[in-house]
Amino acid sequence: MPKVELTQHLYAFFPDLEGRELFVEGDTVADVVRGMEGIAPGFAFYVCDELGRLRQHVNIFVGDERVTDRVTLTDAVDAGSRVFILQALSGG
Amino acid sequence: MSDRILVGTRKGTFAVTSSGGRWRPTLVGHAGAGVNFVATDPHSGTIWAALGHGHWGAKLSRSTDGGATWEDAPQIAYPDGARHYLPPPPTETGPGEGAPTLKPATLLKLWNIAFGREGQIFVGTIPGGLFESRDGGESFELNRPLWNHDSRGGDLFASEGSGTTKWFGTPAAEGEFAPGMHSIEIDPRDPDRILVAISTAGVFGTTDGGATWSVKNKGLVMDYSPNPTDEWAGHDPHAIMMCPGDPDHVWQQNHCGVFYSDDGAESWRKVSQPERGVHFGFPVAVDPNDGRTAWLVPGVSDMQRTAVDGGLFVACTEDGGESWTHLRDGLPQEEAYDVIYRHAFHIGGNRLAFGTTTGNLYLSEDRGESWTTVANNLPPVYSVRFG
Repeated sequence: MPKVELTQHLYAFFPDLEGRELFVEGDTVADVVRGMEGIAPGFAFYVCDELGRLRQHVNIFVGDERVTDRVTLTDAVDAGSRVFILQALSGG
Repeated sequence: MSDRILVGTRKGTFAVTSSGGRWRPTLVGHAGAGVNFVATDPHSGTIWAALGHGHWGAKLSRSTDGGATWEDAPQIAYPDGARHYLPPPPTETGPGEGAPTLKPATLLKLWNIAFGREGQIFVGTIPGGLFESRDGGESFELNRPLWNHDSRGGDLFASEGSGTTKWFGTPAAEGEFAPGMHSIEIDPRDPDRILVAISTAGVFGTTDGGATWSVKNKGLVMDYSPNPTDEWAGHDPHAIMMCPGDPDHVWQQNHCGVFYSDDGAESWRKVSQPERGVHFGFPVAVDPNDGRTAWLVPGVSDMQRTAVDGGLFVACTEDGGESWTHLRDGLPQEEAYDVIYRHAFHIGGNRLAFGTTTGNLYLSEDRGESWTTVANNLPPVYSVRFG
């Protein structure tokens, strides 16, 4: 199953996730976000808007590659994938 | 009289309480997050906060233990099929060009919260939505009659509508030039009577709990418009405030002055006195019982959003804006450039409090006659509410 790693920032909103090994089932990044929503209800709306699009200042990497489909999250993942969810460096 | 002030800031939620005669702010939640509005539901005692997390979007937060702990509330989201026409954004040299764009609506900002009957909570959003909960905040629904109003192009759930909108945008939209609902005023005599205000569209009212809405911009003047008395298109009320004990009395400031209504916003009249420095600003505090009595914190103008002549003062009228008194005792009179945002001034009994963009918080316990400094180094203040 793909392994999910999170920016430290998300632990502020989901402290129960800190220190846990996060594995979710699925073939796409959208599946990964859905899987995380199952583990931590409310998670998906932090990462995506209500249309399911990746928020403007959020990034997801599969391995070393930033996802290319930010609208429907169809980038593929496999059993050995490491999926990183993090925020862009912006703000004040 | 409330003994607590809730303060929403760019970097967290503060509660201000009095101990030994001294008022002190304490950071009680959301450290590092933008808090656009925070207020207590008078029926349940739950504190509600409208957060803007930047990267992670707008979120509704609540505390049922007086601010000791917070949790994410059921979140507000635009329903499937919610669309709106967005006007072209302004350019560096003038107004935007081209036709409005039809876009799906997604939540950009939670801007204010209001409480009606027991269990009834309203939230104003960007882009231009009024969301209502009738179950104490367990779920929220978009008010569709206002969303589908003819002035916005009609029912865009069901059709392409008229192809245009008379609702413009606000820079406060955080990412898009979209309209924002910042004021929701509920008539305590009859909670089905509600006034809302939108930047940039104006004031709307309902007398049937939100089933139908009509525009309430009569008498407002837009100096910047080719048609200054147009009841449509381009009104930018900065905030409206209804007198709870005398709800036909309603106040607002906008780019073009101070306006007052004594007929439930059916008509407005300009009561600015520019020669007295009373013309431009954002929030209004209204006496809870006497609708003719109101307080403002004036700035210079929309071209210069600073305190007048570097000295901070509160302007008070007790006669519906016929005359204004300057209240300066205890406020800085030199090198003050504070601006007070639209939700950052409030009244609780005989107390008044306002917070500023430069992190100052001032309190009066004698209806504005004298002021004390509560804090000087808060983050920029977005919201001040007793309760």
